[in-house]
Amino acid sequence: MTLELKGITKRFGTFTANDRINLKIEAGEIHCLLGENGAGKSTMMNVLYGLYQAEEGEILIDGKPQRFQGPGDAMRAGIGMVHQHFMLIPVFTVAENVLLGHERELGGLKGARKAVVELSKRFGFDIDPDALVQDLPVGVQQRVEIIKALSLDARVLVFDEPTAVLTPQETDELMNVMRQLRDDGTAIVFITHKLREVREVADRITVIRLGKIVGSAEPTASSNELASLMVGRDVSLTVDKDDAKFTDKKLEVTVLTVLDRIGQKVVNDVSFEVRGGEVLCIAGVQGNGQTELTEAIIGLEKPASGSISLSGRRLTGKSVREVLDSGVGFVPEDRKVDGLVSEFSVSENIMLDRYKGAPFVKAGTIDFATRNEFAEQAKTDYDVRAQSIHSPAGSLSGGNQQKVVLARELGRKLELFVASQPTRGLDVGSIEFVHKQIIATRDTGIPVVVVSTELDEVIGLADRIAVMYRGGIVGIVPADTDREDLGLMMAGEMPEHLKAAAEEAAA
Amino acid sequence: MSEQLAKQAAPPPPEGEEQVDRSREFMQRLMTGTPMLSVLAVVASLVLGALLIAFTDERVAKTAGYFFARPTDMLQALWDSVAGAYTAMFQGSILNINRIDTLQQALTPVSNTFYYAAPLIIAGLGVAIAFKVGLFNIGGQGQMLVGAAVAGWIGFSVEMPPIIHVTVALIAGIGAAAIWGGIVGLLKARTGAHEVILTIMLNYVAYWALVYALRSPDLLRNPDNNNPITPGMLETAILNPLPGFKVHAGFLIALAVVVLYWWFIERSSLGFQFRTVGLNPAAAKMAGMNVGLITTLAMLFAGAFMGLAGGIQVTGQVTTGFTSHIDAGIGFDAITVALLGRSSPWGTLIAGILFGALKAGGYNMAAAEGVPIDLVLVLQSFIVLFIAAPALVKTIFFLPKGGRK
Repeated sequence: MTLELKGITKRFGTFTANDRINLKIEAGEIHCLLGENGAGKSTMMNVLYGLYQAEEGEILIDGKPQRFQGPGDAMRAGIGMVHQHFMLIPVFTVAENVLLGHERELGGLKGARKAVVELSKRFGFDIDPDALVQDLPVGVQQRVEIIKALSLDARVLVFDEPTAVLTPQETDELMNVMRQLRDDGTAIVFITHKLREVREVADRITVIRLGKIVGSAEPTASSNELASLMVGRDVSLTVDKDDAKFTDKKLEVTVLTVLDRIGQKVVNDVSFEVRGGEVLCIAGVQGNGQTELTEAIIGLEKPASGSISLSGRRLTGKSVREVLDSGVGFVPEDRKVDGLVSEFSVSENIMLDRYKGAPFVKAGTIDFATRNEFAEQAKTDYDVRAQSIHSPAGSLSGGNQQKVVLARELGRKLELFVASQPTRGLDVGSIEFVHKQIIATRDTGIPVVVVSTELDEVIGLADRIAVMYRGGIVGIVPADTDREDLGLMMAGEMPEHLKAAAEEAAA
Repeated sequence: MSEQLAKQAAPPPPEGEEQVDRSREFMQRLMTGTPMLSVLAVVASLVLGALLIAFTDERVAKTAGYFFARPTDMLQALWDSVAGAYTAMFQGSILNINRIDTLQQALTPVSNTFYYAAPLIIAGLGVAIAFKVGLFNIGGQGQMLVGAAVAGWIGFSVEMPPIIHVTVALIAGIGAAAIWGGIVGLLKARTGAHEVILTIMLNYVAYWALVYALRSPDLLRNPDNNNPITPGMLETAILNPLPGFKVHAGFLIALAVVVLYWWFIERSSLGFQFRTVGLNPAAAKMAGMNVGLITTLAMLFAGAFMGLAGGIQVTGQVTTGFTSHIDAGIGFDAITVALLGRSSPWGTLIAGILFGALKAGGYNMAAAEGVPIDLVLVLQSFIVLFIAAPALVKTIFFLPKGGRK
């Protein structure tokens, strides 16, 4: 079968998210849609899936025009979707989740169980239909999503950023599944912004930028070529940096344990040291204690035991205010929630954590002139693309919002810099900029901690890499550690041959 | 580049991702609407009010009986009833062309508007400042009663020199009500109890405590009177009206408080923290702000404004002794004032004056045209309704809806 999008245009108000998109998807091939965040990939797929109605254009299946009023129509026409955020009910079994919403088509729970067993045999998934979804690892949950789509005879399967939640090994397995599905005759649409994955698995690549299709590429194209196509200009994907020059400043975390609300150890006996002038990257799949670790450093979480000290001064037990005042710069992982007030202007956000005393406040009154001058300077230095410093931060793109956060946090004298997922959701150009700033901060001689789930970023930035798994640190290894080995560590295994290097790196 | 792209309205977020605190979102929507919407809400309410006036008018009802025989009769009656009522309202609150022989006569309607506006403006700020921190202060009634009782007791029972007396009375009222409001903030910050529940309950506590005090001659009741009413204020504790008018210094106090509020919210460091906590408590925490302290302070300040409004009630509006209804519903009208004014200093000032005008004009309308004063309440309610449903106003006036934000 052939799925064709013809001249699809979707607007939100005056904003055109999709501009006359033409796309042809054939059975038996993996079609990659490559584009930055906000380029319009997801909008396009939501149109295809019936969640949005396009203003112009049409969707054809085997040459016949389709009218999708909702996902139900799309599913009946043979289009399935594996969402970035799983649409599963954790307390239901696999079979119940597959059944959900398709009770009649599948013929009740019995039919659903049969479908699960058959499909997982066919693709070698090894999934127990009666297992509770909440007990399954993330990678397996994703397979439940795939089975759910296939059980309705999906002939086109859309994967929306499927690898964001997976370890490298799980990603490899997913790619194998995709190839298998392709060979089985399913058409696969793979939405991503990760160049490595595209080059590995795609049969055809379509690049989308600013809501328009800007071209297609061969899977043999180099990462740099693909990135340039995606961004629209030449970009450098590697981080240029000199060797670390150590200083006397030091962040020491000693047997730190943090409990969550129900008393489980979310950070488990974590110890490490970061010297001034180096970047320690904390790698790991999301949700393995990284968030709680950074929150403990900044003072938001009270550790159950252990200590954190910065150049000999204790940070544990201090309030967030006191930690910030002792010279800690912090980029929170969710900038929209924790890093910015989106209704506030850029200049108000610039003073967000410096609301007391010099330089912005005099005698309890905000000194607008000083603040605005500082904001204008920051806007220039950090190349924040905003209409003015008075524009609300919420109207800026993700990259520019992150620049505002960076400008604020790096705008004062720091003793320690902690950045959590500093480039999540940013476009390639902004990532380049943020990385440069992080390295420049390191080169001022302070310790820098970067938490990231992106291996490329970790390898590019780090002087040393600590891998976290289930709240503990699996090992601290040099930056030139093999990607495969890091992947194993992210799944909790410490490769034998790395142990010597790890001991050296941890020292 | 994607920067320009995202400068325009961002597309709606992918479904199922964000969990929003709905009440907070609703409150933010109430606060962030444009002034234009406020104006349109008032216009729409006046139109609805006009319909109410017309269809409850006796002559309209009578002429409607032979509408098809002589339609002009009914149309004339319609026009007469609506125009008459609104003209009377205008004459009572702004200017009466027929009575401008002396300057005093010409200024009387406006001065009455200011007279009624003073406590409304101040109480409006008591709701507005809580809104700024994301709190809904429904406790205006209780806070005003506490403020009025304390200010009033000092006003009628303690002897002091002029000016000092009234100042001390007002400050004592402010302090008492600030504590009354602050309790709510403290409980909210410490235990997470919801401020709406707390303020409503404290309204009852304050009301019945006052009723009790008014029954006991040892506390507030006038020993020379069997009714639950206090003695009149001493001469020294009264905000004296301008000779020939009802308006007194309370209006000037209200203006000063608006300026203070403006400075606090827009310029001060503490006000910046207030706004940050109100818009995004997570970011406030991350920026090192003490969210619990700010919450407590916000309710304390809210109570302080209400206490001042209560104090003005006893020292300026009703100086001959007060009952348990001394708040005159202003604690609740204040919510409408703050909503209509979008919690901004100037917006609240204008909304307070508008409501003052509705009150002043309403009395005149009732006297001159026989339209019940309750119409004013209905108008106020419609205004709240329209402000709470901006989409409705936009539909009525054919404004573009705009996407989700």
